[in-house]
Amino acid sequence: MEHYLVLRVVARLLIPLIMLFALYVQFHGDYGPGGGFQAGVIFAAGFILYGIIYGVDSLREVVHPGFVRSLAAFGVLLYAGVGIAGMLMGGEFLNYNVLATDPVAGQHLGILIIEAGVGITVASTMVILFYAFARP
Amino acid sequence: MTVTIINIILLCLLVVTAIAVNQQRNLFAATMLAGIYSLISASLFVCLDAVDVAFTEASVGAGIATILFLGTLALTGFEEKTEVKVSIPGLIIVLITGGLLIYGLQDIPAFGDANTPVQTYLAGKYIEDSATEIGVPNLVTSVLASYRGYDTFGETTVIFTAGIGVLMLLGRGRKHKKGLLEEGDY
Repeated sequence: MEHYLVLRVVARLLIPLIMLFALYVQFHGDYGPGGGFQAGVIFAAGFILYGIIYGVDSLREVVHPGFVRSLAAFGVLLYAGVGIAGMLMGGEFLNYNVLATDPVAGQHLGILIIEAGVGITVASTMVILFYAFARP
Repeated sequence: MTVTIINIILLCLLVVTAIAVNQQRNLFAATMLAGIYSLISASLFVCLDAVDVAFTEASVGAGIATILFLGTLALTGFEEKTEVKVSIPGLIIVLITGGLLIYGLQDIPAFGDANTPVQTYLAGKYIEDSATEIGVPNLVTSVLASYRGYDTFGETTVIFTAGIGVLMLLGRGRKHKKGLLEEGDY
């Protein structure tokens, strides 16, 4: 892909915008369409675009495969951690009401964290899949 | 009325794209058409006011799935190898199954019927209580993340498990022509 100058320049312009849009979808999911799942996929799409244009090996230097695998597990653990935190604070598993003094604030906090967990797991799993399928 | 016309056009486009995917022998073109199919489905979901689903369909179906198909094609080859023959028993089975599905459709409640169990059981409670209990404007998020937090937790685990499964099948180092297994070559 060394010769595709147009693709390289356009990708360089697009990737930051894609990632910014992913963050918007992630944190605006409470107010509009979107959420962790879609944001994770869009965020991963930014990395995958980089991998397609600049080569999978350069992408492996940007995000180490071992790091992505740890992140995938971390997202699930973050989600489960919110559930267990609710149990420790006197509620049921995944009951966000007890996370803060005000139930609604607790709900907001819980949803924010679990959506982050979903986003992290989805994004890193998509990159894992791309690594597994991409031709070296 | 306008929405009905748009829906009809989109559904026609879906059928045309599906037939084109089926007829296409070049797998690269078929993959691209499958991506277009997902994009048209996403537009259809927008018309049904299911923007969250449309979002997912557009990003996963048209985006990531196409990339994964292309990655697979890069490993296997872009042309379909065997000619497809028409198999009479297969045709009969497909016709019977299709007929049964259409027959079963008659028991499905009408589109947007308010008296179905889906609408009467819990949906009303969610719609009434979400604003005071959760305080999140997007009802879809409050149902997915809070009321149905267990299911979303399960889905996240499923995605994680799928990633682990692909890693175990494909990611443990690839056999090269020399027959050597290179560690860490995932």
